[in-house]
Amino acid sequence: MSAPGGHSVGRSAKRENILAGPAALKSRGIAVYDVERGGDVTYHGPGQLLVYPVVNLAHVKKDIRFYLRALEEVGLALLAAFGVTGRRKEGASGVWFGDQKIASLGIAIKQWITYHGLAVNVKNDDLPNFSLIRPCGMDIMMTSLEAVLQREVSIIQVKQMLTEDFFRRRLAI
Amino acid sequence: MIQVILPELGEGIEKATVSFWYFKAGDTVKEKDNLVELTTDKAAFNLPSPSAGTIIEVFFNEGDSVNVGEVLALIDGSVR
Repeated sequence: MSAPGGHSVGRSAKRENILAGPAALKSRGIAVYDVERGGDVTYHGPGQLLVYPVVNLAHVKKDIRFYLRALEEVGLALLAAFGVTGRRKEGASGVWFGDQKIASLGIAIKQWITYHGLAVNVKNDDLPNFSLIRPCGMDIMMTSLEAVLQREVSIIQVKQMLTEDFFRRRLAI
Repeated sequence: MIQVILPELGEGIEKATVSFWYFKAGDTVKEKDNLVELTTDKAAFNLPSPSAGTIIEVFFNEGDSVNVGEVLALIDGSVR
């Protein structure tokens, strides 16, 4: 799915990581939501693809880090399919391009069934809204597929590629 | 007395942080009711009750760090 503009605040979040005041948020039409996933604050907008797989880890592997790393794998494979070499960063979940973050992670698990997941920045339009926050509680720059490739990328195409990859990996059962 | 223990969460994960309790000491719970939400890394998860009964004691508050294998709460399964 892709989301209307909003900042979402994970369970480990500190409110001070939203840098902009209520007036600045309102003028851009951005709402703030508390959500039941792990992690700190992030921004979601229509130029982003939210990949929220519902996976029964009891049937795959009862291991939270395994699943987080698997989501990163899917993100890295997506970049590779576009000819882009992404990377992981020690101690900072997500998919990175150099020192910029291109996809963020935040999951929730109930009785080993997952929800929430990966947010991939596809379009360029949303990037300015990340400057209103400290994404994931860190002073980092976000980037997008379009920014890295310097060309337009279709969200629908990315969606299809990610879906196929999930089934290939047998994560989606 | 039934111990509610923080289970193995996967390789390399030794602890989690309590986000909130769904119940407090004295409350009656059913088996598989979610007792507590915890977070680790970028994940939030619920711990279900291993048994029906009454919660006798809760050992960790919101924001506390809990090690894998530690007892989070005690449930008396004879009082339902």
